[in-house]
Amino acid sequence: MDPECSRLLPALCSVLADPRQPVADDTCLEKLLDWFKTISEAGSSLLLLQENPCLVELLFQVLRPQDLSARVLSFSLRLAGIFAAQEDCFQYLEGELLPGLFGEAGPVGQAAWTAPTVRSGWIQGLRSLAQHPSALHFLADCGALDTVFSLQGDSSLFVASAAGQLLAHILGLSMRGPAEGLPSLQAPDWPACAQKIVGHLEESLRSTAPPQVTQALNVLTTTFGHCHSPWTRVLWERLSPLVACLLEEDPLPAAHSLVDLLLSVARSPVLSSDCGLWETLAQTLRHLSPTQAGPLALGILKLQDCPQALRAQAFGVLLQPLACVLKAADQAPGPPGLLEGITGDSVTVDTLLSSKSACAGLLCRTLAHLELLQPLPQRPSPWPQAPLLGAAVTILQFCNGSAAPASNVGGRLCALLAGCVRVQRAALDFLGTLSQETGPQELVTQVFSVLLEHLRSPDSSATVLKKAFQATLRWLLSSPKTPGCCDLDPHTQLFLRELLPVLQKRLCSPCWEVRDSGLEFLTQVTRHWGGQAGFRHVLLTSEVPELAEQLLRDPESYVRASAVTAMGQLSSQGLHATTASPEHPGGQQKSLLVELLRILSEDSEGFPRRAVMQVFTQWLRDGHADVTEDTERFVARVLQAASRDLDWEVRAQGLELALVFLAQTLGQPGSHCPYAVAPPQATLHSPPAQALQALCRVRLFEFAFRALFDCDRPVAQKSCDLLLFLRARTVPHSGPQEAGGSPDVVSVEAALQRWRAGEQGPPLGDLEPETVLAVLRSMDLEGLRGALAESSDHVEESPQSLLQDVLAAVGVLGENQADCY
Amino acid sequence: MKLYCLSGHPTLPCNVLKFKSTTVMLDCGLDMTSTLNFLPLPLVQSPRLSNLPGWSLKDGNAFLDKELKECSGHVFVDSVPEFCLPETELIDLSTVDVILISNYHCMMALPYITEHTGFTGMVYATEPTVQIGRLLMEELVNFIERVPKAQSASLWKNKDIQRLLPSPLKDAVEVSTWRRCYTMQEVNSALSKIQLVGYSQKIELFGAVQVTPLSSGYALGSSNWIIQSHYEKVSYVSGSSLLTTHPQPMDQASLKNSDVLILTGLTQIPTANPDGMVGEFCSNLALTVRNGGNVLVPCYPSGVIYDLLECLYQYIDSAGLSNIPFYFISPVANSSLEFSQIFAEWLCHNKQTKVYLPEPPFPHAELIQTNKLKHYPSIHGDFSNDFRQPCVVFTGHPSLRFGDVVHFMELWGKSSLNTVIFTEPDFSYLEALAPYQPLAMKCIYCPIDTRLNFIQVSKLLKEVQPLHVVCPEQYTQPPPAQSHRMDLMIDCQPPAMSYRRAEVLALPFKRRYEKIEIMPELADSLVPMEIKPGISLATVSAVLHTKDNKHVLQPPPRPAPPPSGKKRKRASDDIPDCQVLKPLLSGSIPVEQFVQTLEKHGFSDIKVEDTAKGHIVLLQEAETLIQIEEDSTHIICDNDEMLRVRLRDLVLKFLQKF
Repeated sequence: MDPECSRLLPALCSVLADPRQPVADDTCLEKLLDWFKTISEAGSSLLLLQENPCLVELLFQVLRPQDLSARVLSFSLRLAGIFAAQEDCFQYLEGELLPGLFGEAGPVGQAAWTAPTVRSGWIQGLRSLAQHPSALHFLADCGALDTVFSLQGDSSLFVASAAGQLLAHILGLSMRGPAEGLPSLQAPDWPACAQKIVGHLEESLRSTAPPQVTQALNVLTTTFGHCHSPWTRVLWERLSPLVACLLEEDPLPAAHSLVDLLLSVARSPVLSSDCGLWETLAQTLRHLSPTQAGPLALGILKLQDCPQALRAQAFGVLLQPLACVLKAADQAPGPPGLLEGITGDSVTVDTLLSSKSACAGLLCRTLAHLELLQPLPQRPSPWPQAPLLGAAVTILQFCNGSAAPASNVGGRLCALLAGCVRVQRAALDFLGTLSQETGPQELVTQVFSVLLEHLRSPDSSATVLKKAFQATLRWLLSSPKTPGCCDLDPHTQLFLRELLPVLQKRLCSPCWEVRDSGLEFLTQVTRHWGGQAGFRHVLLTSEVPELAEQLLRDPESYVRASAVTAMGQLSSQGLHATTASPEHPGGQQKSLLVELLRILSEDSEGFPRRAVMQVFTQWLRDGHADVTEDTERFVARVLQAASRDLDWEVRAQGLELALVFLAQTLGQPGSHCPYAVAPPQATLHSPPAQALQALCRVRLFEFAFRALFDCDRPVAQKSCDLLLFLRARTVPHSGPQEAGGSPDVVSVEAALQRWRAGEQGPPLGDLEPETVLAVLRSMDLEGLRGALAESSDHVEESPQSLLQDVLAAVGVLGENQADCY
Repeated sequence: MKLYCLSGHPTLPCNVLKFKSTTVMLDCGLDMTSTLNFLPLPLVQSPRLSNLPGWSLKDGNAFLDKELKECSGHVFVDSVPEFCLPETELIDLSTVDVILISNYHCMMALPYITEHTGFTGMVYATEPTVQIGRLLMEELVNFIERVPKAQSASLWKNKDIQRLLPSPLKDAVEVSTWRRCYTMQEVNSALSKIQLVGYSQKIELFGAVQVTPLSSGYALGSSNWIIQSHYEKVSYVSGSSLLTTHPQPMDQASLKNSDVLILTGLTQIPTANPDGMVGEFCSNLALTVRNGGNVLVPCYPSGVIYDLLECLYQYIDSAGLSNIPFYFISPVANSSLEFSQIFAEWLCHNKQTKVYLPEPPFPHAELIQTNKLKHYPSIHGDFSNDFRQPCVVFTGHPSLRFGDVVHFMELWGKSSLNTVIFTEPDFSYLEALAPYQPLAMKCIYCPIDTRLNFIQVSKLLKEVQPLHVVCPEQYTQPPPAQSHRMDLMIDCQPPAMSYRRAEVLALPFKRRYEKIEIMPELADSLVPMEIKPGISLATVSAVLHTKDNKHVLQPPPRPAPPPSGKKRKRASDDIPDCQVLKPLLSGSIPVEQFVQTLEKHGFSDIKVEDTAKGHIVLLQEAETLIQIEEDSTHIICDNDEMLRVRLRDLVLKFLQKF
């Protein structure tokens, strides 16, 4: 601890111990605890206490009957725990203090105990303290365990959960060391603490009160999840009969916790080889309701080594709701697949049909589970792609009322699912995931047709449309290419021809979210297929490009931003100049550039301006024809607009664009786009002076120098990096004769000084490369980078500042010293 | 209580409720779908329509070719359009006491009822309903009268001939009762019989029932009605909406605790969500206009058009349509736009608050001010000078059989750049378009029906919990085209009673109580006796006096003084004899105590048997049986009157007398 902090510490302790000076700010105490924890982890706590006796005095204050605030009491308990985590320090405090704090004489049972924060502090203190054998003896002797047991049912969920975790921790700690090996099943061989805890767990598992069972299951889940020592095997052997008894009960108590426990056990490397465990899992799968069984089935399927039969059973459970849906639509899974053998059992059907929310809930969960499972390497094989596709399509058809129900169940499902947005969203997500693999052509056609129905339907809500667009994109991009031909296959072509009128209509929607999703889709699909002749043809014969351009003036800023991105993409791919006459091939593009520059300088919202900067950076990187026509003019105009922008992201993006230009001008090896056509060979080898002149002409330096002192740190950092890069590339080339001290250099440095001080000042005007190089050389850019790398509040975050804050808040320090903010 | 169902159209109902001694007609909607069988009435001479070939029978007989014309495989009647009236034979309509109108769409048959059936009663409706209803009628009369048609076809209606006609003429029902449109004079006369009412206003009908209009949220001034007596309540729900559009929100709470809820006027397009349809409307409108095409919106002059204009007001700038003119053409366009702005108290809260700013509640005022929306009484006159294309035209009639819309269909139908967007759900758009085929213009069907859908109905019914629901039969089964959609029907317990045209329903509930007033002096003379804590009884001897459906108990006339002479006065014959009444008994007999009392009085060998209705006390020695039930006690003994009286007195000890 630094001397200044040591000096302030006694005052702090007396403030904390004084009930008349309440500490208003909880976060200060949290920060203090963090600080003490860091100190004690770095060195000896005992030494710390000996050097700062005020700390021990503070802890003793707690023992005195007085009205300490609950938060200071909680703080002291946690602080004592942090110190006592080291065994020597524990022994130092053990005599009177620790029993006074954590024993029966402590806050337990007193008035302060009613505050959840005190109970929480007590538990956390014990949790920190319980690190060594001495702590275990202490725990066994002082009766704290019984209190922890009772706190498992605390009204505060935080306290209850911490109590459960503490028990798991103590159990693990007590089994460490001498008992580490394989203790017998017999209780007498176990350490006292462990015996007591296990006894308590056994009693809870036998209890008829579901909350107690849940608590015991949670403790065990934590234990088996964190500790993989051999003794856990013995523990499981001892407790598994009790768990098995739970499975006999109807209804199953604490089903969720039971699932968690069984999965935790199954994941444990010491336990998973247990055959009885697989039997228990199978039995549980059979017992749980369809809603509860889903998570267990998913967990089982995620396990690495698990008997094939169990996996099949689990997968069956997961697929059951979908089998019901297929059956209800009379689509007995025709194509061969796993669903074939699974007929929806009556319980699943009952759950599906019990209510709208139950039906939607079960289907959504099932689809989400399968979605998680799909990309995993250990997913069941063969993966029933075709039936799953069929099920997703059928669910979507039920939702939009186009499915033909084959039975009463189907009719009821139809009524429950009609217009159910939640299920539509889940099914569309799932359908998108299934695009990773293909399916029979007939089904793929159905997929595209159901997607088109959703995109077309006036009843599709904005969120459903967004998901439908996303799923469509995924299916489009995964559609196979015609062999031997790089263009799109005929089915896709046909689909696109139907899709674009729909997209056209959606771009005219009165709902801005819909216009926005439409534009995002357009951007994505163009990015991937801009080069495909088939796509280009369909797109150019539609009105979509014009509509997208019109949306550059949309009243909603998000839509304008998406339109900017979409237009940037279309233009990059040459999909915008449709109406340009042959004599002026760039005619339309020019107007787009002008329009984007207008948005950059005039738009009142940040999003469209940021989007413009991204488009411009990409255009520069890709050597967009319109940019390469006069790159310098382009860069100069963009930087000028960006430098005036109030949005820091626009300025930061301006630096990104400057960097690309710099790399192109100076011939940066491995520049962002190695295949870019932009930098002509001549530039690469041009002498630095010439290149520097180009940079001066576009006023890149003024932009970068101003950004260096930007009030937003990321901008300044980026500028600093840019200038460092520039210096590294240029200074070795410049001769020693270009020394500083010229009038120009002095004026530039003066301007920099003004900017650093936060003044605006006039522009620098035209700079000579020599002046710039001299300024660059004279600047301590490394130092600046170091300063910028520190977080902006590093001064205020120091422990010294923290102590001063606490003291200032209660008025112990003079006002002038207060670090107020 | 009976319900006479005069209309089979679920959204244009006309029912008569006989309740207590009153006869109440609930709405009088006019089914105008019959006009779809007729040729359009062109405003400007249409060579195409006038040159349509006459229709002849399969055997070549062409005697109908003057009356029936053929167009693209469909046959139409070339005559003044006629409407299908509500049933007039089922009940004598001159006996109807009052007509309750729910909304302006449901009063279009009013002149037929009030002017031609001997009706002498009263009609109740809210002010906006009457005013806008008048506009709709005025427009209708104007549309038809301004294109006089010399010919009136009636030959085809002959039953023997009708059988030979192709569908749908062959299947048209009760064509003999179809009538031409009424005149303005009849409209004025009919409307003069209307009494204006406000929401929640209680109107007494002959002292027997009370009727109250409640806001239904569907249109300006639209109402549901409560018809109630002291002990019975019938709710009539017709054309209601829970969506936030321009009218005042629906009053649901007042519908609670109904014995019968008559449910009509649900959405005609249950699968179309109005929000989605408005989006569809805007997108298609923008796409057409962008390509230089014109948009035609066949519509009524009031109602959804206000919401559409409001939506367009917000949309046109974002879609870059600020320079596109919007035309609203109707003989009543001006009045409709102005009326909507003055009925502030009938508007939703948001619009009401605007009035206090003060701002016009509907933004179409601004559209008119900025010249973006222009309105004209007809295509003749100013309109032809201002007309500029591409444009958007709102005009009637949605059936496409009369009104200015006919002209635009003829004008724009040939170009695929133009679009007709159907927003009114009352007519099948394919049938409406039939006489214009072949048609190049695009047709978009975005029916906007804000009335309750089945999900909303099921929530409503759960909330208001009526004992019985009565509705048109169409609502008790899924729509024929979507027979698997079990969600598109009313699902309630007990199942809804359904009705169809020309059916009489006996409503499933019996009147059990009637309220009777007691005159103060009579009440003063009563001496109540408490028989249970909180319950007192008193016997009343009085004369029941009934007048104007009000029942009053009056003190009985004093007993006549003893006759002075031997000759009895005739007058005293009228006075009912006041016999000495036997005391009334109340209470129950506790069997155990009764047995103890019997034992005390010397009876022995007593046996008690429990029966389904009470107990039987057997006095075996005396060969006597006392049967004690909830509402009677019998002593059965063998001709021993002494014993019977003794036992009776013992029984009476346990009962209270008054």
